[in-house]
Amino acid sequence: MATTTIAGAEVTVDEEGFMTEYEQWNEEIAAALATNIGIELGEDHWQVIKFLREDYKEQGETPMLRRVSNVGGVSTKELFQLFPKKPAKKMSYIAGVPKPHGCV
Amino acid sequence: MTTAQEAPSMVPDFGDDDTDRTICFIASKGTLDMVYPSLVMANAALGEGIETHIFFTFWGMDIITKKHQENLQFTWMGNTAMHPPGKKLHMPQGAAGLPGMTKMATKMMKKQIADLDVPEVPEFVQMIADAGGHLWACKMSVDMMGLEKDDMIPEVEDIISATDFIELSDGAQVIFT
Repeated sequence: MATTTIAGAEVTVDEEGFMTEYEQWNEEIAAALATNIGIELGEDHWQVIKFLREDYKEQGETPMLRRVSNVGGVSTKELFQLFPKKPAKKMSYIAGVPKPHGCV
Repeated sequence: MTTAQEAPSMVPDFGDDDTDRTICFIASKGTLDMVYPSLVMANAALGEGIETHIFFTFWGMDIITKKHQENLQFTWMGNTAMHPPGKKLHMPQGAAGLPGMTKMATKMMKKQIADLDVPEVPEFVQMIADAGGHLWACKMSVDMMGLEKDDMIPEVEDIISATDFIELSDGAQVIFT
């Protein structure tokens, strides 16, 4: 665990740079995290990020891509376009939730 | 004298620049339990930004054949590692051959898979195609089984020969399932 400053706020991150405190997240931080990995957030990104945060809060774990697609309503194809190459990791990084741990 | 310690990078290394890795799966089985390994791993590989191919051959053709895709079966015949869930017992091999057992075992396995929120085969294959996975049908199997391109789901890119597969998997990691 380490502390760093993102978008003017002190946040706790793990050794990879993922935020560890759900409550420290805000939209400015999300935008800064997205910029860090070369993504500019549009409306569709926000839909995914908001779903990830709500679902994590309700379920206690980060949803896998299939759940984001079936329950969150953003198709697999779109997810790969919005968060290229490694959608599951990139979207959870921006949403300030842990990397998903499931297999599918 | 003190040395300033370099602050660790706080941006995860998503490794975008070195994803020249390619994985090719050969899916040769059509029993439900032997179909999932390549699908699960191919899906995981795609999620890591890896170029992924699946070459369907022999009984694995059922995975991409419209008529059979939904109806893959499971039997524990010949599988001595089949235990009733959570028990030390082995399911008797002879019982696997009784009428209706394959249907029952298939139903049970499908339920266990669904309970994990893992999709059934048709949806899973679609997911893999949507994620950019390349699906190939084996020419020899297609000829042997008298199949046409139309008998297969449209996500199958082409019917290719063994030589074509060897060429396309040049430099890739190849996994036979």
